[in-house]
Amino acid sequence: MGSAIAKGRIRAIDTQAARSSPGVLGVVTAENAGELEKGQYNTARLLGGPDIQHYHQAIAVVVAETFEQARAAAARLKVSYVRARGRFDLEAQRETATEAKDVKDAETGDFDAAFADAPVKLDETYHTPDQSHAMMEPHASIATWNGDELFVWTSNQMITWGKGDLARTLGVPAEKVRISSPYIGGGFGGKLFLRADVLLAALAAREVGRPVKVALPRPFMGNNTTHRPATIQRIRIGANRDGKILAIGHDNWSGDLPGGGPENGTAQTKLFYASDAIRTRVRLAELDLPEGNAMRAPGEAPGLMALEIAMDEMAEKLGIDPVQFRIMNDTQVDPMNPEKRFSKRQFVQCLTQGAERFGWSRRAAPGATRDGRWLVGLGMAGGYRGSPTMKSGARVRLTPEGRIIVESDMTDIGTGSYTIMAQTAAETMGVPLDRVEMRLGDSAFPSAAGSGGQWGANSSTSGTYAACVKLREAVAQKLGYDPGGAVFSDGRVRDGRRSATLASAARDGEIVAEDAIEFGDFTQQYEYGTFAAHFVEAAVDMYTGQTKIRRMLAVCSAGRILNPTTARSQVIGAMTMGVGGALMEELVVDKRLGFFVNHDLAGYEVPVHADIPHQEVVFLEEADELSSPMKAKGVGELGLCGVGAAVANAIHNATGVRIREYPVTLDKYLDRLPELA
Amino acid sequence: MRAFSYERARTPQEAAAVVAARPGAKFIAGGTNLLDLMKLEIETPVHLVDVQDTGLDRIEETRDGGLRIGTLVSNTALASDRRVRRDYGVLTRAIVAGASGQLRNKATTGGNLLQRTRCPYFYDTDQACNKREPGSGCSAIGGFTRQLGVVGVSDACIATHPSDMAVAMRVLDATVETVTPQGETRRLPVADLHRLPGETPHLETNLQPGEMITAVVLPRPIGGRQVYRKVRDRSSYAFALVSVAAVVQPDGSGRAAFGGVAPKPWRVEAAEAAMPSGAKAVASRVFEGAKTTDQNGFKITLAERTLAGVLAEARA
Repeated sequence: MGSAIAKGRIRAIDTQAARSSPGVLGVVTAENAGELEKGQYNTARLLGGPDIQHYHQAIAVVVAETFEQARAAAARLKVSYVRARGRFDLEAQRETATEAKDVKDAETGDFDAAFADAPVKLDETYHTPDQSHAMMEPHASIATWNGDELFVWTSNQMITWGKGDLARTLGVPAEKVRISSPYIGGGFGGKLFLRADVLLAALAAREVGRPVKVALPRPFMGNNTTHRPATIQRIRIGANRDGKILAIGHDNWSGDLPGGGPENGTAQTKLFYASDAIRTRVRLAELDLPEGNAMRAPGEAPGLMALEIAMDEMAEKLGIDPVQFRIMNDTQVDPMNPEKRFSKRQFVQCLTQGAERFGWSRRAAPGATRDGRWLVGLGMAGGYRGSPTMKSGARVRLTPEGRIIVESDMTDIGTGSYTIMAQTAAETMGVPLDRVEMRLGDSAFPSAAGSGGQWGANSSTSGTYAACVKLREAVAQKLGYDPGGAVFSDGRVRDGRRSATLASAARDGEIVAEDAIEFGDFTQQYEYGTFAAHFVEAAVDMYTGQTKIRRMLAVCSAGRILNPTTARSQVIGAMTMGVGGALMEELVVDKRLGFFVNHDLAGYEVPVHADIPHQEVVFLEEADELSSPMKAKGVGELGLCGVGAAVANAIHNATGVRIREYPVTLDKYLDRLPELA
Repeated sequence: MRAFSYERARTPQEAAAVVAARPGAKFIAGGTNLLDLMKLEIETPVHLVDVQDTGLDRIEETRDGGLRIGTLVSNTALASDRRVRRDYGVLTRAIVAGASGQLRNKATTGGNLLQRTRCPYFYDTDQACNKREPGSGCSAIGGFTRQLGVVGVSDACIATHPSDMAVAMRVLDATVETVTPQGETRRLPVADLHRLPGETPHLETNLQPGEMITAVVLPRPIGGRQVYRKVRDRSSYAFALVSVAAVVQPDGSGRAAFGGVAPKPWRVEAAEAAMPSGAKAVASRVFEGAKTTDQNGFKITLAERTLAGVLAEARA
């Protein structure tokens, strides 16, 4: 049961009718839930009452013998509310916004002076909407208590965070909590944190003394869970007439519940293009909408949706091809800290290869290409996403049968963690892939990087590698071989002329090794990033304004690609999400009542197959020796960064109309399309 | 979902009599809309009368050269019928523009006509809605109205009828056949099936309690170029922002009905005299008296431009 008001308090909940409904076993509200803390990663409390912080904040859970009985009984809870005035309109709260706690203003050079003196200037404001993760599988958990020990089967991207915050919220020792999440039906950041399903299942299971399953109904997803917050972004670019950028300014406004954080679209702007003067400012307003939080490429995705339109506009003002304009302003160092180099940055190669493959030279002037009733245009944008790493552990077992078992609390959110970690173990231990068994997503296993921020693949395979190296040492020792010289291949271990099967090392019992990769201070010395060039061909119906994407290409520079199939899958999925963000996705705020109105999959539209054309993905041959033992980086978020702007730029090239407010829906430009004969 | 009882009727007469006699009873056929609404407790029938055994699943030729479509004919079967594809192309095109393949396999002809609005405030039981709860108010007006109606609406409700099929039925001048609780057959033009909301948006049709649709009758084919154009934010599985069903004759005369704009399929016959003069002339008559919001005013322009595209296609 979610709150029917956005802000205020519950005067009373009458649970009588619900409790006496058929099949009901128990009802939990804030009144009988006991003392609850708030998780470290949560902004709003997961069980509301008496104070209400946002619409559809959970206020009660009803447990019954069947799901239908529980839902019917929940509808019989009688809640009386006292409404309070809330702040629901980012634009209206923009003036009240203040510097965000963890994001300081940054400036290099003198932006005001450099911008004022620049012969060619752009000063525009862009809007990105609130977005929903809209993953296929809603949040769901089963919880069971055994005495004071709690076990939860759930769907969560970050096992260590989830376990920690569950223990913290319940006020129980962490060692009494175990959570398991071997398979996840999509997350996109919506399952990074402990959410209401887990807490309510745990509380309800304690109340009724048996295992309880809680699944969020789809219409709760929009307001009960987190979302990507809307942004307002003012971008100023100054350049000389030859196209050299002299000044970049990026101001970013977003809102969140008190105590929350910003959606920071400026992080890439500090590093993407060379300029002697750069200034970024991030302002955060308080809003009483549901909690904003991370969604795939948090900050970077909306930031580049704005910056990469601005770059297109600037190129147009200068009369320079947008690919060339970006090449001219490439940098191999951090522009705000020039002694810090990028470890590996092949953005220019992405641009040139992409332009070549896509036939970019055939691009015509805006509004100049027609194909029957279609106005056709080409657009492109740069993509840039950092490549963070996280400590990541694994345990590796060699069984007497010669099998390798990898245990880690790493998760697989559809990204292919099982595959790439197994590949890593197989390659390092010198066994075929089918000899490796993966066990993931259980907090009983060593803590891993988890799935977020595109750090998962590089970190978790490095952690697997570290544990395997330790296992190799143990094996060599067991066989009496030189740990430094032993060669592992074809299921055998060789040391000079000596050789044994790998299995024979475990003849007397399993050999177990555990280790973790920890990343030192090398990010202080180098800047780590992944880069892409996105190209889109779009056609706009001259009558109706409907947009069809005809072709898409992404050329990516992202270190060593651990598995071309799973990496490509990540990028085409992200490109699809980018099309959604460009053309249709928006959680619409009812600014009177304070909630996202279109809170189901009928109202919150994401692309269908018919929206997505052939997608081509190219990975540059690359190994980044400075990134990790795997020489890899991440691609899951890179694939999204810049896609939206490439679509918007293609629509501009098709129609001559520039839209700076996402999603780019036809109602925003219909009256600016060419007059019909 | 509220608990309910269930029975299967063998004849339409029996089904009508049971539903009329029992307060809170409803017909169910494909269930593609009703079950969703029941899960959310927007619909809370106490008893369901399943009409799927009533045998009304055939498409027959009528004596005057038309087609009688049994109410249980699935959307898929109707759209793919050889005679429909040949003589009533606008109907096939409208049906396949709606829902998804899986839903069209299950959804029926009568059920499609009687499906309910997709207004998001109607779907959220925490919000006031005169259609869902008479007299509770309308939270949509003044809220998120981009998808909602621009013509035929009232101060009590601005919801639209979501069907594509019904728009084509309307342009084809179809007739709805029913059986009343008394066992009598009644005929009414599809134009008269749906009511405008006025002060009573919860009353959506002119059917009596317990009256059951048994068939939809299409008149003799009228030829012409038959086009259905649906405009939406994504390419499939989305409701229309605006749709146009049109039949255009070689001499430039024709008919046009609009979806996504009103509480019922919207057709103004008097405007059709202007078809030879083009979309602007037609649309200005069709949307006379329109009542738009700052969010859905674009639908008037969109309807006109879409009709222009349809006319261009029909005359190409």
